[in-house]
Amino acid sequence: MSNYKMHVLVCGGTGCISAESGKIVENLIQCLQEHHMEEEVQVVKTGCFGFCEKGPIVKILPDNTFYVQVTPDDAKIIVEEHIVKGRKVKKLLYKDPGTKETIEDSKHMDFYKKQMRIALRNCGFIDPTNIDEYIARDGYHALGMALTEWTPEQVIDAIKKSGLRGRGGGGFPTGLKWEFARKSSSDKKYVVCNADEGDPGAFMDRSILEGDPHSIIEAMAICGYAIGADEGKVYIRAEYPLAIQRLKKAMKDAEEYGLLGNHILGTDFHFHIEIKYGAGAFVCGEETALIHSMEGERGEPTTKPPFPAESGYWGKPTNVNNVETFANIPIILLKGADWFKKIGTEKSPGTKVFALAGKVNNVGLIEVPMGITLREVIFDIGGGIKDGKKFKAVQTGGPSGGCLTEKDLDTPIDFDTLLTKGSMMGSGGMIVMDEDDCMPSVAKFYLEFTEEESCGKCTPCRVGTKRLSEVLKKITAGQGTMEHLQELKRLSVVIQETALCGLGQTAPNPILSTLNNFEEEYIAHVRDKQCPAGQCTALLKYIINEEKCIGCTVCARVCPVNAITGERKKPHVIDQATCIKCGACYDRCPTHAIEKR
Amino acid sequence: MSKIKSFEELKQIREQVLTRMDIREKGDHIEKLVEVRVAMATCGIAAGARNVMNAFINEIADQGLDNVVVTQTGCMGYCYAEPTVEVRIPGKEPIVFGEVDEKKVQAIIEKYIKKGELLDGIIPVTHKGIED
Repeated sequence: MSNYKMHVLVCGGTGCISAESGKIVENLIQCLQEHHMEEEVQVVKTGCFGFCEKGPIVKILPDNTFYVQVTPDDAKIIVEEHIVKGRKVKKLLYKDPGTKETIEDSKHMDFYKKQMRIALRNCGFIDPTNIDEYIARDGYHALGMALTEWTPEQVIDAIKKSGLRGRGGGGFPTGLKWEFARKSSSDKKYVVCNADEGDPGAFMDRSILEGDPHSIIEAMAICGYAIGADEGKVYIRAEYPLAIQRLKKAMKDAEEYGLLGNHILGTDFHFHIEIKYGAGAFVCGEETALIHSMEGERGEPTTKPPFPAESGYWGKPTNVNNVETFANIPIILLKGADWFKKIGTEKSPGTKVFALAGKVNNVGLIEVPMGITLREVIFDIGGGIKDGKKFKAVQTGGPSGGCLTEKDLDTPIDFDTLLTKGSMMGSGGMIVMDEDDCMPSVAKFYLEFTEEESCGKCTPCRVGTKRLSEVLKKITAGQGTMEHLQELKRLSVVIQETALCGLGQTAPNPILSTLNNFEEEYIAHVRDKQCPAGQCTALLKYIINEEKCIGCTVCARVCPVNAITGERKKPHVIDQATCIKCGACYDRCPTHAIEKR
Repeated sequence: MSKIKSFEELKQIREQVLTRMDIREKGDHIEKLVEVRVAMATCGIAAGARNVMNAFINEIADQGLDNVVVTQTGCMGYCYAEPTVEVRIPGKEPIVFGEVDEKKVQAIIEKYIKKGELLDGIIPVTHKGIED
């Protein structure tokens, strides 16, 4: 038995590692050795805690202290004060931005209070490189149960009954998908894990693979048993090196324990997993494109049917599920479908992981029960809008989704209601925007993304997204007309109806939803040649207020193009034809005499 | 590592590795558990607090008391009575025991923690924490 009296958990997610959490671990171990306490205190590098805004995170157990924004130099004070003398280090505790009170443990933080961790249950709790810690948390027990006590049909039934829906964005019932693959008869079948996470700013799948890789391996094996497959593939983008490294280590350990390979747990079930690397193309998240990419073909989608469940990888029945979907499987089998159904809403049971980003105070990775409102996510968990600014919109579903506004804040989040509001669940990207964000520019950003990521196979997507982004460029440059707005709507509908795959069909969504919610902002751009948010530089005008100008000449000296003239102690003037709208004068004027219009 | 050959064997391995995670599992809901805080400042350690803490940990593990967790704290100020131990049972006022040795550890567990009976050697608490 170990003699450890205390565990120090250090976040080893990609975000915290880039903030030197590796060095924190080294320093902690070194300081512990200096105090001869290395056998009393165990330092564990875990997966992501989710509270990335305040990383690197260090958590001390069993007294459950949560330290934020720890630097490598702080390791010494944590050891000497907290571990040796038992005094909590005040300066590293989290301070509530509202009440200014220090909070010692994560349970009392607004960021964690409303969260519910199912897919992320082990992230930030176990050492992802240690298979024993996963086993101690009932790891591989669902697989053991399935193999020894259940028939494949019973496994599928349990998943069907739980109501689990695909977390990659489509929301298709997972149990049904498994059943289709089970019913396709073939000598060979495949299980594929889709880890090609491509939404800008989203990192749910990466964090699960980095923080709890065994849960994915176990779930894939369960799926293999259920549908009758003996081979699994993980399709992951090569730009996720840490996730790949941890997954490889987990696969090796599972093989050594005989939890992967032939005759798993002494049964006649065999299952092998291989990693397939993607080059990071957005369209390869679409299952048919993903399968082609794995076969060494171009990552282009093909029409369905045939569905992969009938003819997928090398023409064999293939079941493709997203990482987060798989992460839910073992616990559903362990705790039962009824337990899972009680969480979330009737038609969307369970939880959803979101990567909360943009203009909120608490940026990070969160997991919430379905049915929670956007208001709770943005204002309670997210801690509200940065710098006290006003909330404008929230973008869900990435480049395929849409914007939701103030009036939708009390909408419960689930697959179906988000669709009726003109957005979608997507894989879990959630970007919050404030009053300074210009909606036509947001739409332009997403269209430039889909234009670049379009594989080019079908014309509506290849040419259509290009035309859409051209029109948006004109509008944000002040060259738009009212006809352009009609053109956007018309073309968007055509693309939605005619594109080959999900990428094209959903590409116009950012335009339609912003046009729908913020039409007056588009009109301001084309009719009044103004950008109300003040973001489109081409539509901006810097003007000097004569009454406030004291003639100090600071602006004239910082102007890089000499557009500002005027005598000392007399009001200055900006020559609009020469001005490049860099804003240097605006930032430097001591009397705030320069106005943005 | 040798191969796990059956579900039964997997369950056995789980039992073996479970204790490793004990500290983390307990820490996760510490407010519901009996907390034994051993004063581990220099004075306490010099008076034998480390042995006392080990004795608590071993005894609790031996008896399988999964509602008790041992943590450490700094100097409580009762230097004349080191090693000192504070026991917090949820819903009750914390009680501080002074001059604790390995023998007294048994008594604290048997009488106070398991049955709620008081015993000799209690230090009357003369201060309040900021959170109380």
